[in-house]
Amino acid sequence: MELTLWTYEGPPHVGALRVAASMEGVHLVLHAPQGDTYADLLFTMIERRGRRPPVTYTTFQARDLGGDTAELVKRSIAEAAERFQPEALLVGESCTAELIQDQPAALAQGMGLGDLPVVGLELPAYSKKENWGAAETFYQLVRSLLKGQMPPPGQPKPEPTRWRQEGRRPRVNLLGPTLLGFRCRDDVREISRLLAEHGIDVSVVAPLGARPADLQRLPSADLNVCLYPELAGPVCSWLERSFGMATVRTVPIGIGATAAFLRELHGLLGLELPAELEPGAGGVSEAERRSRLPWYSRSVDSTYLTGKRVFIFGDASHAIAAARVATQELGFQVVGLGSYSRELAREVRAAAAELGLEALISDDYLAVEAAMAAAAPELVLGTQMERHSAKRLGIPCAVISTPLHVQDVPARQAPQMGWEGANELFDAWVHPLMMGLEEHLIGMFRHDFEFVEGHRSHLGGAPAAEATGTNTVPAETSGVSAAAATATPAAAPASGAIDAALAWTPDGEAQLARIPFFVRGKVRRNTERYARDHGLSAISEEVLFDAKAHYSA
Amino acid sequence: MAQTLASPKPTGSPDAPALIRENGQREVFCGLTSIVWLHRRMPDAFFLVVGSRTCAHLVQSAAGVMIFAEPRFGTAILGERDLAGLADANAELDRLVGHLLERRPEIRTLFLVGSCPSEVIKLDLAKAAERLNGQLAGRVQVLSYSGSGIETTFTQGEDNALLALVPLLPAAPVAMAAGSGAAPPDQLLIVGTLADGVEDRFRSLFSRLGIPRIDSLPPRRASELPPVGPGTRVLLAQPFLSATARALVSRGAQLIPAPYPLGVEGSRAWMAAAAAAFGVAPAHVQAVLAPLVERGQRALAPHREVLAGKRLFLMPDSQLEIPLARFLARECGMELLEVGTPYLDRSLMAEELALLPPGVQLSEGQHVEHQLDRLRAARPDLVLCGLGLANPLEAEGIATKWSIELVFSPIHGIDQAGDLAELFARPLRRRALLSFA
Repeated sequence: MELTLWTYEGPPHVGALRVAASMEGVHLVLHAPQGDTYADLLFTMIERRGRRPPVTYTTFQARDLGGDTAELVKRSIAEAAERFQPEALLVGESCTAELIQDQPAALAQGMGLGDLPVVGLELPAYSKKENWGAAETFYQLVRSLLKGQMPPPGQPKPEPTRWRQEGRRPRVNLLGPTLLGFRCRDDVREISRLLAEHGIDVSVVAPLGARPADLQRLPSADLNVCLYPELAGPVCSWLERSFGMATVRTVPIGIGATAAFLRELHGLLGLELPAELEPGAGGVSEAERRSRLPWYSRSVDSTYLTGKRVFIFGDASHAIAAARVATQELGFQVVGLGSYSRELAREVRAAAAELGLEALISDDYLAVEAAMAAAAPELVLGTQMERHSAKRLGIPCAVISTPLHVQDVPARQAPQMGWEGANELFDAWVHPLMMGLEEHLIGMFRHDFEFVEGHRSHLGGAPAAEATGTNTVPAETSGVSAAAATATPAAAPASGAIDAALAWTPDGEAQLARIPFFVRGKVRRNTERYARDHGLSAISEEVLFDAKAHYSA
Repeated sequence: MAQTLASPKPTGSPDAPALIRENGQREVFCGLTSIVWLHRRMPDAFFLVVGSRTCAHLVQSAAGVMIFAEPRFGTAILGERDLAGLADANAELDRLVGHLLERRPEIRTLFLVGSCPSEVIKLDLAKAAERLNGQLAGRVQVLSYSGSGIETTFTQGEDNALLALVPLLPAAPVAMAAGSGAAPPDQLLIVGTLADGVEDRFRSLFSRLGIPRIDSLPPRRASELPPVGPGTRVLLAQPFLSATARALVSRGAQLIPAPYPLGVEGSRAWMAAAAAAFGVAPAHVQAVLAPLVERGQRALAPHREVLAGKRLFLMPDSQLEIPLARFLARECGMELLEVGTPYLDRSLMAEELALLPPGVQLSEGQHVEHQLDRLRAARPDLVLCGLGLANPLEAEGIATKWSIELVFSPIHGIDQAGDLAELFARPLRRRALLSFA
């Protein structure tokens, strides 16, 4: 057993639901107890859909357990097939049904449902999670629909450049977008437009908006674009193995990544690379012509962003992409990088190593909060969860990844990918930070009655808690992670040393209080480390300045 | 074994409301959802669900943003080792609870909440609670109840939680009346979670009526339990407390039959029934409540204008449906097409059923597709339903009032009648307001 207050992912059958609900003409029969229909709300409320997700739940109750639950499964399957007339039927179990082992998939396959393709799902609810479930469902569905088309072994691979011989425009599949993914709706639109401008057609987008018949057309594209590796990674690998289709694996989030994505795509398709996509070709690059981020980030107003300490956590793809954008395109310093996606832990570790960090791979949110507090960042880029731990720690935060809530399924166009996605990233990540002038003036004049420290007047609302003298250390929430107990938030009050062997003198404390609040946590830590390293037990203001000189040298 | 009825078969006598009993897919919450309000009602309690990631996901989806504001609930997620019997479930539970209490010494009451997975694998949480009580004697009381979907629907989770508290209630001292005969009641126990403001208001009104002692279950602190005994009269504030009501009766308390305190009429009858049980003169009841009734009806009037004549269809959710239907029909002039409830306790609902318009169509249980077929055929003006159905029905052009809000809003009492009607009038007003032409 593990104690969990917040789970970054739902159970695997929620991933199966996401695939079914994203598609057209697919129905899922889920063997599940009464109450598991709560998952419908994820689609009707968070995604704000105007239709019920295409799911029939058996919703068995205790009184059914004494009877024939297998019969209930069969009846549910028959009713769903009859009422909804799907083009493909998925059959799976939730965690409770997994325990009673009715084998719903086998039952469905033995029911003689005519030509209806039935895909049985094995979703181990006690060892796997939502994204795995979605990837597995997508993979099983594609595999069963394409089994009959598989070329015999030894057949030469289709060339991604064959479009030229066939006298048509190149066409690609966009794989991985789903409902309840992060901004998939607008990413698909943005990337489709981007490809169209480069003379590339989109053949099939899947799962989002695809029908089973569309999945059967997958092999007719020249290659696959793996937009969301957490979801489409296994399908892309299988299409590579079985149909010889090449995969574009760069995730086009950020300026550099979008350019790299286009270069990878052009290379594989044998398309001539436009001069403005050549790195270092001089002149205006396509990125600068099409996105405002490069100029916004170079303009003098953004100078104060330089070296801002940022902590990043999310699914692997978004976290890795965010780290690159933060470091290379906004000039932040990444002080923490992590992910809950164990399947892609290796990639996250590699990205963290490049930044001289050790990746945090965890799905324990208290461990994440503790790491956040220890890194003392000035900005957090995370999930819905980090938004709240950052709030408790008094740190500005923007959301870059699922889990999301309803505010991250906005009415406006808000992609993360491509040139417009980069514009969105700039606005969303800079917005929570204190604006430059305010930062200067609060650093100079500490006695204002309104613009007290920690106050970000462009966000409205009251000043930060610390300014009013209250302690922003979060109350212990659950007692799961011992690390959280020893973590001191970045915005802790100026008094009291982290290390009991050290004591701050009154003048040392007064000087610490003069440090702007958003870097105070880091200064306190550095000063105490300096004092320990130099065998000092009392920290005066002189020690603080010594440490400051030592670490800036 | 569940039966799918191709066509609903009304049962009962001709003058009784017609009843459709259905089985099939149910679009309802499980009892775990009750944690979302119970943890606020009793801040010194912690609710530990023993279940799967699905349970954790449900509670966090339902609790929305509250999960971060120092949560007082969590899930002990079963892993493969627990299922394979490689880990001793009791030892694991002891370890987790020990860990939890070490870090949260302020917890006074710990509820172990059963779920579908824990019940299917027959994890005996009652025994575990007993054992932990032995270990933690005096420091923390450990209780267990089921909030599983296979056993409970939505608000029944509260019923089971309160049921678990009943054995811990101290015995009320028996008041010895002068002479012989039955002792007069000496305590009114209001049962069912109410909003703080509503509860305070009821207490002050019952004091004005001259009722000597008023207690609440659940209390505001799980460690401050009200006494119960032969001198206790129980007044149910919520209709979904079948098991709790029976357990209190078995402790010697007497149930006051009354409709539920929704709307002016229901609330007045509810309070008058309590007053009568304590021998308060009807004239005094009239003197105290008449001004409230008059004011309540004034507050209702503008909403009645919107609601009168409108056709209402209620999907099953919380067992509040029958009292709500009674209020909306009698006090707001709505026409009832079908009143669905997840579970119908005829004895606890007797007073309400008597007030329903004659021949109204009731349904118990659900086959959601069949019910939606009936709904679409009827084309109601307003549907009371859960959030899984609300937006899809709106997209079909059918106005909805989402039902969960009724569990999270102060709707009880004469003073809240206007607010309660407004909850139903609002979606209709909004539809009239919006124009995209």
